[in-house]
Amino acid sequence: MNALKKLFGGNTRQFGMIFALVALIVFFQIFTGGRTLTPGNVINLFNGNSYILILAIGMVLVIIAGHIDLSVGSVAAFVGVSVALAMRDWGLPWWAGVLFGLLLGAVIGAWQGLWTAYVGIPAFIVTLAGMLLFRGFNQFVGKSNTIPVSKDFQFIGSGYLPEIGPNTGFNNLTLLIGIVAAALVVIMSLRARAAAKALGADVPELWVEVTKLVLICGAILYATYLFATGRPGTSFPIPGLILAVLVLIYGFVADKTVLGRHVYAVGGNRHAAELSGVQSKKVNFMVMMNMSILAGLAGMIFVARSTASGPFDGVGWELDAIAAVFIGGAAVTGGVGTVIGSIVGGLVMAVLNNGLQLLGVGADLTQIIKGLVLLAAVAFDVYNKSQGKRSITGMLIKGFQRNNNEIKPDETTTTKEVISKEA
Amino acid sequence: MTSLDTQGDPILLEMRSITKEFPGVKALSNVSLRVMAGEIHAICGENGAGKSTLMKVLSGVYPYGSYTGDIVYQAATQQFKDIRASEAAGIVIIHQELALIPELSIMENIFLGNEPTKWGVIDWAEARKRSMELLARVGLREDPDTPIKEIGVGKQQLVEIAKALNKSVRLLILDEPTAALNESDSQHLLDLILGLKGKGITSIIISHKLNEIEQIADEITIIRDGKSIETLNVKRDGVDEDRIIKGMVGRTLESRFPDHEPKIGEVFFEVKDWTVGHPQIQDRLICKGSNFYVRRGEIVGFAGLMGAGRTELARSLFGHSYGRFIKGQVYKDGRPVNLRSVRQAIDAGLGYVTEDRKSLGLNLLDDIKTTTVAAALDKISNYTVVDARKEFSVAEEYRKSLRTKTPSVEEGVAKLSGGNQQKVVLAKWMFTDPDLLILDEPTRGIDVGAKYEIYGIIQRLANQGKGVIVISSELPELLGLSDRIYTIFEGAITGVLDKNEATQESLMKLMTSARKTA
Repeated sequence: MNALKKLFGGNTRQFGMIFALVALIVFFQIFTGGRTLTPGNVINLFNGNSYILILAIGMVLVIIAGHIDLSVGSVAAFVGVSVALAMRDWGLPWWAGVLFGLLLGAVIGAWQGLWTAYVGIPAFIVTLAGMLLFRGFNQFVGKSNTIPVSKDFQFIGSGYLPEIGPNTGFNNLTLLIGIVAAALVVIMSLRARAAAKALGADVPELWVEVTKLVLICGAILYATYLFATGRPGTSFPIPGLILAVLVLIYGFVADKTVLGRHVYAVGGNRHAAELSGVQSKKVNFMVMMNMSILAGLAGMIFVARSTASGPFDGVGWELDAIAAVFIGGAAVTGGVGTVIGSIVGGLVMAVLNNGLQLLGVGADLTQIIKGLVLLAAVAFDVYNKSQGKRSITGMLIKGFQRNNNEIKPDETTTTKEVISKEA
Repeated sequence: MTSLDTQGDPILLEMRSITKEFPGVKALSNVSLRVMAGEIHAICGENGAGKSTLMKVLSGVYPYGSYTGDIVYQAATQQFKDIRASEAAGIVIIHQELALIPELSIMENIFLGNEPTKWGVIDWAEARKRSMELLARVGLREDPDTPIKEIGVGKQQLVEIAKALNKSVRLLILDEPTAALNESDSQHLLDLILGLKGKGITSIIISHKLNEIEQIADEITIIRDGKSIETLNVKRDGVDEDRIIKGMVGRTLESRFPDHEPKIGEVFFEVKDWTVGHPQIQDRLICKGSNFYVRRGEIVGFAGLMGAGRTELARSLFGHSYGRFIKGQVYKDGRPVNLRSVRQAIDAGLGYVTEDRKSLGLNLLDDIKTTTVAAALDKISNYTVVDARKEFSVAEEYRKSLRTKTPSVEEGVAKLSGGNQQKVVLAKWMFTDPDLLILDEPTRGIDVGAKYEIYGIIQRLANQGKGVIVISSELPELLGLSDRIYTIFEGAITGVLDKNEATQESLMKLMTSARKTA
């Protein structure tokens, strides 16, 4: 167990979720008699959940910044119907339709960001209003009808990587992407390790690093194998590709850029961030706007996949996205969360859904189980945080103040040392 | 009911060989404490010495069984399983961070969890009558219906005591009761504790303000590194501050301020007619036409009572982060500068270390390295991408030069002690390379040793030719550190004294009177 922990870093939550995901997959693989890890099912899983995972990327940033967005389902539906109409009635080509959809998402996001960031209305209220507003707009402009979209446009929701090159029995492009991805993971980890070592930071032992890389590369290559060996005409799905690119970009932005730092800072302690020169209003505005752009994208992918836009697209998506983010380790109070964690959280839910379906469990039981999983995941986290820290009574006395972590009684500079050094 | 010690005085409380361990740390090791009935007993020690832990053991926050040793109270061995049990025995603890609910009224707070009822319904008439009595006993003249958020910290502290009195307290424990109070409120509180002593209430007081302890305590127990070192009787042993410090640090501290030879240059920062309106209340001015200047290499003190507008002045200067209708002009190096946003202020070479480290100064979720670079991310990033290597090496550099005690710069700031947290905050601002650094209560809640280090850092900054403004409620600190001290009273600067002409008395006089406004 300790060795496993070392592999996934000290972060119990992240470790727990990856472990839970693997355990779930193994469980269903056994109990569905091997029907879980088949090319067809895995492709299906990605196709059917990529839009929720895309929403989770935006949602985790919103939640890190200390807000919430309840409107994403409605925004997705409104953008979806608008794009379908624009292409049908104005004759826009598919790529212009996509651009139009992203732009519309940005405008909606600016609207919500304006109220949230600059007027100062809690995002919960703004997006609750948005949820009603844009659902209404969806049904108003679409007249509650189903509006079909063209074959070209359907590609972004149900397309696959094309077959190119010699006939190897695999989908060559999928294979190439898989191998490049595995190679990149190895190179980047080793470089990061070398850099950390050069700085004198703590690095895990070599065997830990190697085992970790072997496991990750194994998972990537196995997934590649599954995607590349599906029935003819299928391979790595386009929505999955879009998702992968977004995860890379947003993961990088959140983790490595000034903007990402500012999002965490605003969510962690807004006042402290402002007094360090962070323009919190701008950050909040951008986070809310970004969410609606991604919601627009998710809506378009869904419409493309289901070949038509309808009045009840995206109902309940916000809850799936929010659940994914919290299972993935984000804190309700803001300041904590990761893009990759939210994807893992989303996958836990997706695998659960899919596996229960394969087992023939009804929708009623599925919901009950999903609800319990969400509760258990967050309870696990809360329990971990409270371990060895403060008793419940202690918390009650201190009045549940959010930012009052107890100071350990060691680590104090003692005067003796100061004096002996000054002397 | 009460046992007697060898001299025949009644013993109220005896804690015998208390040992309390946390995972990996022995917070208390064989600590003993004996408190006589009717005395004021002070507990002194550096931050992290184990004072608060000991009080938590006593009050049942750490329940019986989670420590070893005996608590003998009123001649009986006690096994408190929670706070309620210790309160039932008459032991009430008032924490440093007050446990009052800002939205509720004084009366509601006093009776919170202890409401007088009639047939299960709260009897407000009775509550009002009793809260009037209690408020009179603590000397607080406020309407019991006033919401807590509308009265100052000093008065809130009195409400806490009223709340304790309502629980028929026999042993009152005060953890740093005057840390957030100004001199006059502190004095009032100390007088009140003395008054309670006269009425037979025993107090245990934890404080870093040694002058106050010397003033009111009968006995002092000193704790160092989780061990009880000695118990001094103030009258019998002729205890003074130096004697207490000697016990706390294990040897005498020759000077509480490092030696410093100021190298003062020309005036480079000047504020003229600075006027700030209250953020909510129309027509109320928080700063009234303040004029002041700072020279290079100079440490300028700002003295004033709590609520005089010192922090507000600093924050309004620092990118208008406080107040409305701000008027006035700021000159830096002879040129007017615009400080409309915090970003502009930082770019103009200002830094501000807030008085409220936890809620305004730090993101407690962050680690040390992230905090160190938080105000100057541009310096370590290329095209807005943060360079993790630079970040690490910058943080490492400051960890070494400020001697921050931490296993690694990747440690969370929440895990550091107050003094080390303050060093991280100082590092954050030093890394922005400011010309003028404003320090608001830089040593609040920090123990003696770390204070000495912080003073050294401040002096080093001044020696580099930077201007430093120090706002402090502790006059000895201002006198020991500053080259020049401005006094503020009700938003107006009432005077300026040079290091050699300033005394506690002369400052106090200027801080409490609007003698001249020019």
